[in-house]
Amino acid sequence: MGLRKPPLREMHAERDASFTEFGGWEMPVEFDSIRTEHAAVRESAGIFDVSHMGEIQVAGPDATALMGRLTTNDVSELEPGDTQYACITDESGVILDDTMVFRLPDREGQPHYLFIPNAGHDAEMYERWVSHRDEWGLDATVDDTTEEWAMLALQGPEAPDLAAEASDGLTTDIDRFEATFCEVAGVRSFTSRTGYTGEDGFEFLVPWDEAETVWSAFDCQPCGLGARDTLRLEMGFLLSGEDFHPEDEPRNPYEAGVGWTVDLDTEFVGRDALEAVEREGVDERFRGVVLQQRGVPRHGYEVVDADGDHLGHLTSGTMSPTLNEPIGLGYLSTEQAPPGTRVRVVVRGEPKQANVVTPPFINR
Amino acid sequence: MSFDVPADRRYLESHEWTTTDGTVRIGITDFAQDELGDVVFVELPAEGDEVTKDGEFGVVESIKAVSDLVSPVSGTVVGVNEDLFDAPELVNQDPYGDGWMIEVEPSSEGEFDDLLTADEYREQIE
Repeated sequence: MGLRKPPLREMHAERDASFTEFGGWEMPVEFDSIRTEHAAVRESAGIFDVSHMGEIQVAGPDATALMGRLTTNDVSELEPGDTQYACITDESGVILDDTMVFRLPDREGQPHYLFIPNAGHDAEMYERWVSHRDEWGLDATVDDTTEEWAMLALQGPEAPDLAAEASDGLTTDIDRFEATFCEVAGVRSFTSRTGYTGEDGFEFLVPWDEAETVWSAFDCQPCGLGARDTLRLEMGFLLSGEDFHPEDEPRNPYEAGVGWTVDLDTEFVGRDALEAVEREGVDERFRGVVLQQRGVPRHGYEVVDADGDHLGHLTSGTMSPTLNEPIGLGYLSTEQAPPGTRVRVVVRGEPKQANVVTPPFINR
Repeated sequence: MSFDVPADRRYLESHEWTTTDGTVRIGITDFAQDELGDVVFVELPAEGDEVTKDGEFGVVESIKAVSDLVSPVSGTVVGVNEDLFDAPELVNQDPYGDGWMIEVEPSSEGEFDDLLTADEYREQIE
């Protein structure tokens, strides 16, 4: 099967972007340089094409029950316009995906939700929702609209001004973690004030064939997935497939540092397993490391103590463009490597000194 | 996009270049630095170390990738560009000049013959 392409694929190519495969999609990884793009988002503004993210809509009399039983957070708290971060776990509490849940305005008097699975997870999540709906006999419609809506993310300290200008001020009426339908560059957009870079910013869900109009309305740095990765890494945000993966890196939300997305007062798949985990604690926790010696931490590198004994491993790492320091994320022994511990990261066979920290690496 | 490929050097398919007279200098090509993106770390051998033709002599890392460095010739390392330890971005800024990596005293002159010429290397990357 060929790679799926975002609607702006050709426009990005004309702009000389380089591309990468991510979650079955061919996506722009770099337009100018990761450093340039990263700095633009931290200091002014950048725009990302994140149309590879999934969009699944759930509506109907039992939509709240279906969403609540398949996500870890308490969806019943959401009013139309609210957003919520949540995990999707299996019976054993292992994270299958992490997602943002939006409550849309009611449809025909019934609750209506949109959730955003990670790239390449849309078909699997659609199947999961439909099969559980049928198994539980719930009355809700489930639609995968991933290839109907493009998703663009405008991020950075200047994003609010740019967005306000393109929307007659409508976008700045919403607070962080809220969302609304409004016109952006004349296009009807489901606009949320969220993002994954640590900066203030907006995500615009717009019809696939109107993505170019919205993208072109913002005079700021185009950014690829490379900068998106370094930005989220500095914030300690999880990357699906890298920092957790049901087969290669099976982790529950407590290990992954997102236990706050788990509401044990709700009934969801994986709840009982997670209640036990919450009670008993976890052997390994998601932590940050900062190397004190030359080198770059990477996915898969082992972390050991001064005697060379295993303490854990890294799942992500890079040279932080903001700090100009080598930073990594990974799972370390809860008891033996709490924040403040001096450890060694094994870089191509050589143990390099590093300090364990609690992410984020930068204050935002 | 067109990349700089100086005619006075020889090349490896893995994107290293070498000069060919006397003590040779070795680095990575304009194409390679562009593919890697922002170079943030370079690991090089020490003076006096031996390198082997087609053997790894170090590592170059960008923000997004790690890449082994392959030696175009065999010989003894007689110079190391230590400026790259503090300023690895020189590899991006001037890959054939200030971004050079090591100097080698070759042990066999015949090894240059099967390296790519500038024209052959240009064909490979275009």
